[in-house]
Amino acid sequence: MENAFGQPQNVIVLGGSSDIARAITKKLCTARAHTVVLAGRNQQLLDEAAKEAHEYGATKTDTLLFQAEEVSKAGETVSDAFDKVGENVDLVIIAVGLLGDQRALENDSLGSARMADVNYTWPVAALGEIRRRLVAQGNGRILVISSVASVRVYRDAYLYSGAKAGLDRLCQGVAESLKGTGVSLQLLRPGFVRSKMTAGQKEAPFTTGVNEVAENTMRGLASNDLVIWSPPILKYVSIAMRLMPNQIWSKVMKR
Amino acid sequence: MSKETLYGWGRTSPSVSDVISPATELEIIKDIATAKEFIARGLGRSYGDAAQLGGGTVIDNRDLDGVGVISYDGVVTVGAGTSIDELLSFSIPQGWFVPVTPGTRQVTLGGAVAADVHGKNHHLDGSLGNHVLEMRIITPQGAFTISPTNDGELFWATIGGMGLTGVITTVTLKMLKIETDLVLVDTERYENLDAVMSAMKSGDDAYKYSVAWVDCMTKGSSMGRAILTRGDHAKKSDAPTKKLEGPKPAKLFVPFDAPSGLLNSFTIKAFNELWFRAAPKKKLAQPQSLSAFFHPLDGVRDWNRLYGKRGFVQYQFAVPDSAGETVVKAIERLSTSGVPSFLAVLKRFGPSNNGLLSFPIPGWTLALDLPVGPSALPQVLDDLDEMVLSAGGRIYFAKDARLSHDKVHAMYPRLGEFLSIKDRVDPEHRLVSDLSRRLHIGR
Repeated sequence: MENAFGQPQNVIVLGGSSDIARAITKKLCTARAHTVVLAGRNQQLLDEAAKEAHEYGATKTDTLLFQAEEVSKAGETVSDAFDKVGENVDLVIIAVGLLGDQRALENDSLGSARMADVNYTWPVAALGEIRRRLVAQGNGRILVISSVASVRVYRDAYLYSGAKAGLDRLCQGVAESLKGTGVSLQLLRPGFVRSKMTAGQKEAPFTTGVNEVAENTMRGLASNDLVIWSPPILKYVSIAMRLMPNQIWSKVMKR
Repeated sequence: MSKETLYGWGRTSPSVSDVISPATELEIIKDIATAKEFIARGLGRSYGDAAQLGGGTVIDNRDLDGVGVISYDGVVTVGAGTSIDELLSFSIPQGWFVPVTPGTRQVTLGGAVAADVHGKNHHLDGSLGNHVLEMRIITPQGAFTISPTNDGELFWATIGGMGLTGVITTVTLKMLKIETDLVLVDTERYENLDAVMSAMKSGDDAYKYSVAWVDCMTKGSSMGRAILTRGDHAKKSDAPTKKLEGPKPAKLFVPFDAPSGLLNSFTIKAFNELWFRAAPKKKLAQPQSLSAFFHPLDGVRDWNRLYGKRGFVQYQFAVPDSAGETVVKAIERLSTSGVPSFLAVLKRFGPSNNGLLSFPIPGWTLALDLPVGPSALPQVLDDLDEMVLSAGGRIYFAKDARLSHDKVHAMYPRLGEFLSIKDRVDPEHRLVSDLSRRLHIGR
């Protein structure tokens, strides 16, 4: 069961080997998490993440392989993860995402579709089964890792930010639909984060490390706010992002 | 049956359950025959997740009401869904008061027994379980009448058992004779914690009731400044009026959720300051109504909404007499951490009873109301848990919403005995709550 501070005991992490997911998992295990099921595409990285979870306090860990391009198997993957936990699941984290090389993919139909599948369609498909399972439990929490990039789609990463924008907006609907079920959904919108996914890229203003994201996430879980910003100042920066005229937005994003 | 979102008085960790409201034992027996997992619920005054069960069946006990005739020697049988408020409305005019009352009368007798509640007289009279003569309880293995001499094992597992041994349907208890509806109260202000603790240690036994309100937001030489109130029921001969009136309904209420953050370090410090300054330095034998003395917070309905949608936790621990310095260290930790906390309640406990999971142990207990929000709070309370545990103390289940399961066995060394008795009446582990799942005390 989750406690009064939103600290869960039983956790599923979809995309469990990503740097942000690993940092959050470590914090959760330091708090109350004792059962952690990590799902992802790379067994070696999942094993490392599971070992890390143990070191930080988990007593039971398990791993599960899946490919986020295989949208039709998303429900099955979620179901397997719940079965591996074996009791009520308190928190499901959807940390599936792919930044991709926009310029290389934008004239490629299959590549573009793949970006949409990984960043949008697979998480949406997974949410269907997660929702069903948690609502039957009568409690639980879903944390979807969105991005500040979802606030306004931009030229240099429109495949990524566009898909995240879709997921982010859709999740707001899911959150609304969950009212009165005992289940809640929260969106994590980090800014630019130093991680494997962003290695080699130019850092943006308000860049943070994964540990800071994890700390803000822990605070956000306790707050029950729909959107968790990391760093928190992005809540206000995002207002400027939304209101900025197109011409200025384009210039700002070119820098 | 209806689906309802339930949470405790602290309004944290909600879950949705199927809620049923049986009015008879037969109805309960029929209902639980088809329920996979179930737990009883009264008025929802446990602060955390003790009376809820996500995805399971919650048995609302409020229709199991009714108060029997009070015998010449004060013995009365009440339905477990009867509140202390309802019982007092009936009993005070006849000259009887409950033997033990917590800080609110808006609890059912079933819930009060399940939490083995204590009051301001614990140092002399023990907790509610000490005054219960008999109970009826429905378990998955059938209905039982239990008392200290009739299946004493199940009786003492049920006293403080958080509803995990079955659904209590009636409670027979011995009431306390009173001559008036007043308490004569001595109030004294103390400038720091050491002074009030020493006054309580040396003087509490001269009073039936004693409690101190401690300011946990002050530092240095005034750390833990306190207001100590102690009193006894007024006799006809020394009361200004000879009335015996039952409690009155609350006149004030909080109509909506306050914004989260309304109760912060600044506002709470200001409140504590006002509260402290408003109390007399020393006032003796001041007559107070039973409600004003025992249940001051019942004067404002839904006061928990003042904490906003994030809610709050109440942290209550008990430590043995020999570990009084743990109280000092705990208040020190809180006052230096910047975590806001309302006036804490400090009280001395007398001897424990035989309740296997009953909270009180001889020594000290401190209860704190803390708004959820400050990022330091979870760690501060985890640190306090360690202090309490190493002092041989424990946390109160009826208040808890965040304890780690791995500390429960050490805090409650008789948990193993409790679980084996629970196994006898609930072999398939169907009596479960969100609390028992979180603390691993249900199976």
